[in-house]
Amino acid sequence: MTMRRLINLKRVEARRIYLTYFIVILAYVICQTMSSTKILSSTMRGMLVPICAYMVMSISLNLVVGISGELSLGHAGFMSVGAFSGVAAAILMQGFIPFAPVRLALAMIIAAIFAAAAGFLIGIPVLRLKGDYLAIVTLAFGEIIKSILNNFYLGVDSGGLQFSMLSDTTRLLAGGKLIIRGPMGISGIQKIATFPAGFILVMISLMIVFNLVNSRSGRAFMAIRDDRIAAESIGLDITKYKMTAFVMSAAMAGAAGALFAMNYSTIVANKFDFNTSILILVFVVLGGQGNMLGGIIAAAALTILPEKLRQFSDYRMLLYAIILIITMLGTNNQEIRNFFAGLNPFRRKEHEEEAA
Amino acid sequence: MKSKTKYIQVPSKSILPDRDIAREPVLECINLGITLGGIKAVDNFNLTIGRTEIAGLIGPNGAGKTTVFNLLTKVYQPTTGTILLNGKDTHGMTTTQINKAGIARTFQNIRLFKNLSVVDNVKAAMNNEMRYNMLSAILRLPNYRREEVAAHRRALKLLSIFDMQDMADVRAGSLPYGAQRRLEIVRALATNPSLLLLDEPAAGMNPSETADLMDNIRKVHEMFQIAIVLIEHDMSLVMNICEGICVLNFGQIIAKGTPEEIQANPAVIEAYLGRRKEA
Amino acid sequence: MIFLNYFISGISLGSIYAIIALGYTMVYGIAKMLNFAHGDVIMVGAYVCFYAVARYELNPFIGLVLAMIVCTFLGIIIERFAYKPLRQAPSLAVLITAIGVSYLLQNTALLLWSSNPKVFPSIIGRGAFKLFDGELSISHITALTIIACLVIMAVLTLFINKTRLGKAMRACSEDKGAAQLMGINVNATISLTFAIGSGLAAIAGALLCSAYPTLMPTTGALPGIKAFTAAVFGGIGSIPGAFLGGLMLGVIEIFAKAYISSQLSDAVVFAMLIVVLLVKPAGLLGRQTQEKV
Repeated sequence: MTMRRLINLKRVEARRIYLTYFIVILAYVICQTMSSTKILSSTMRGMLVPICAYMVMSISLNLVVGISGELSLGHAGFMSVGAFSGVAAAILMQGFIPFAPVRLALAMIIAAIFAAAAGFLIGIPVLRLKGDYLAIVTLAFGEIIKSILNNFYLGVDSGGLQFSMLSDTTRLLAGGKLIIRGPMGISGIQKIATFPAGFILVMISLMIVFNLVNSRSGRAFMAIRDDRIAAESIGLDITKYKMTAFVMSAAMAGAAGALFAMNYSTIVANKFDFNTSILILVFVVLGGQGNMLGGIIAAAALTILPEKLRQFSDYRMLLYAIILIITMLGTNNQEIRNFFAGLNPFRRKEHEEEAA
Repeated sequence: MKSKTKYIQVPSKSILPDRDIAREPVLECINLGITLGGIKAVDNFNLTIGRTEIAGLIGPNGAGKTTVFNLLTKVYQPTTGTILLNGKDTHGMTTTQINKAGIARTFQNIRLFKNLSVVDNVKAAMNNEMRYNMLSAILRLPNYRREEVAAHRRALKLLSIFDMQDMADVRAGSLPYGAQRRLEIVRALATNPSLLLLDEPAAGMNPSETADLMDNIRKVHEMFQIAIVLIEHDMSLVMNICEGICVLNFGQIIAKGTPEEIQANPAVIEAYLGRRKEA
Repeated sequence: MIFLNYFISGISLGSIYAIIALGYTMVYGIAKMLNFAHGDVIMVGAYVCFYAVARYELNPFIGLVLAMIVCTFLGIIIERFAYKPLRQAPSLAVLITAIGVSYLLQNTALLLWSSNPKVFPSIIGRGAFKLFDGELSISHITALTIIACLVIMAVLTLFINKTRLGKAMRACSEDKGAAQLMGINVNATISLTFAIGSGLAAIAGALLCSAYPTLMPTTGALPGIKAFTAAVFGGIGSIPGAFLGGLMLGVIEIFAKAYISSQLSDAVVFAMLIVVLLVKPAGLLGRQTQEKV
């Protein structure tokens, strides 16, 4: 094998990173212009923030699935923790921070902290497990978070915060207000999430992930993914790095959750169920595991498409299912892969090399 | 024959005859044993490795050689016995801690980080000597840049020992077989070990590659002044490079000594060299 | 006495989980994959049984046999087209594919049979045995479920241990390569495992919907996940483990519903799973495997 035929990874990666930043900025500028000149319909404008939130979710899950090579089936749980804590924080800050963008930023930071804490708590037991077990336990945790938030009541009055489980037993003083109302969630949210804020969050998430990947932590994540035993043999702390990736990912999901929630007037825990976790997984898988640009494009496309194809909404989940299966078969089975590679002249060379 | 001035004959308790006992040994295994699936895969294994010794671990297939490496690096926890590394008991340590304490290894069936570039495989192994935290990495602070540049330089220098600096940015999984084996050695070296375990480093190599490898192992030994233990089936390599040889069969040590002694040992010839003639 | 009542309904629910868990565990044992779609095979089985009994007014047991036949074929087809091409693929890829198949079944059912819940007719009526002057009442379906579970366990254990095919299955789960060299048709054996697991799923579906008579395209999802939890609980890959895990999970769930909170019972069940995996990472009766170095 000659050296010329070996791909220079460093150059490929660098090009991909700059391309990702460029496309995100370009997309933002175009959407912002179209939005301010009213070319964009109001439904589309309403979807800009959720798209940003899902992009961040896709980046965040990609850190776990693509970079660290572990499957998380409960990612919506972190989004949900972020949504509830962020919105609650925003409501509490309403009185003394009148400037909405600052309130939004603080709420997202608080959401990230809460979600990271949840990620840490969950990570302690979960990350001792491997592979399939880990996946199923994250699923279990997603369900537990949903159950708990569905039965959680939080109120505030002059005496401070009060909370209760199962039923509303908070005895709020006059003038007090119940913020989280169990299965009813939070209502009357001020919609302070904006498209520029979403764009900034996407850029920050990208920066975090790209810069981490090109650092000792990122190398450790990927080394553990590629070969756990070899990673131990060179002295990498498996649990520490898995935990780091997991908590970082949870924090980003939390911030995305807060952004997402503050685009609606009402939010309930059932919105963040197993289906949402799977949807985010579809973004990652469809975009290519570890490929951030692919993941965010998939997030945008799969959020816009169902709106555009409303009459086919019954077939939406069916379509996702088929996408998942075909992508997996297409990327993991050599015969099917060769078939697809044969169709695409640009990628044929790459595949021949892989096979060699 | 090497000079006997540096190496002194050691007391009977111990194992490989030629060894630098001016300093404490890097590794001592005392009565080491493990039972896997009801079978004593390794039993009553006693071995001492000198500070800068090159030792060979040989024996027929299934004799328990790789199991010994797995015990030393705590991939398996031993059922009996003690391993002293630099004089310290390694009881209860994990593979990660063993590496931090000074043992690095390669694997019989190559275990590279396939999707990382060659230089990143090496830099991953330097993780524990880097100090910058995640915040520095995310914000690209000066200490991140400084340490990354230094690590990159050192990684390239290590790669250049094996003439691999030109392949630095290539995906490790796409390297030719021999280069993958060499990269594993470089990666192990990058963790600054005091003891390097090589599991069949010449497997699948042709004679000229093996000769290069032999030079490279000598070079590494010279440069780093570390102890090296290697498992190898290529007798010319073992006999040429090792100062002491330990022969395993059915999990038991059947002979220890210098290459000359081993070659003359009837038990070894029966268990091992006799088999070679058939092949 | 109330306690005993809860206990018996716990055992009954647990029996259903155990039957479903058997399907998970056998497939895991042999194909080393989590067949996430197993829960949805249950749902398909329940729908087939429902249409046979409610629409075409067939004898419930003919309906059940029909459901078993359909599910058996469904299992084989899923294995052939979705999982077999991925034999060599990383487990993450297989798991994601299985999730895809699960969604495919659910949404196909949604299109075919709509999301309106159907009231499932019990396969053996709604009567009950009354004991201790009516203080303890065991419905027929509860009794049938428990008996069915015991019979299935016994038959399956005999099959695995005493027959040639059972031996082939055990051989494949130990080492596929060696099994192939010994002349065992590995592909056929894996298909057989899927067939048996899916057939059992049909029985579980009929029993489940007789006991909890609402049938929707998502009916199988939650019991599927819980049965899967039960399989992991007992040690995935182990048949007695699936039995034990299923029963324990059923009892825990009913007690959590009765004594803690019905809304939080799922959370309690999943929390138990996590506790068990922390103490015994391979489940109660599972074998700890170590990767060869």
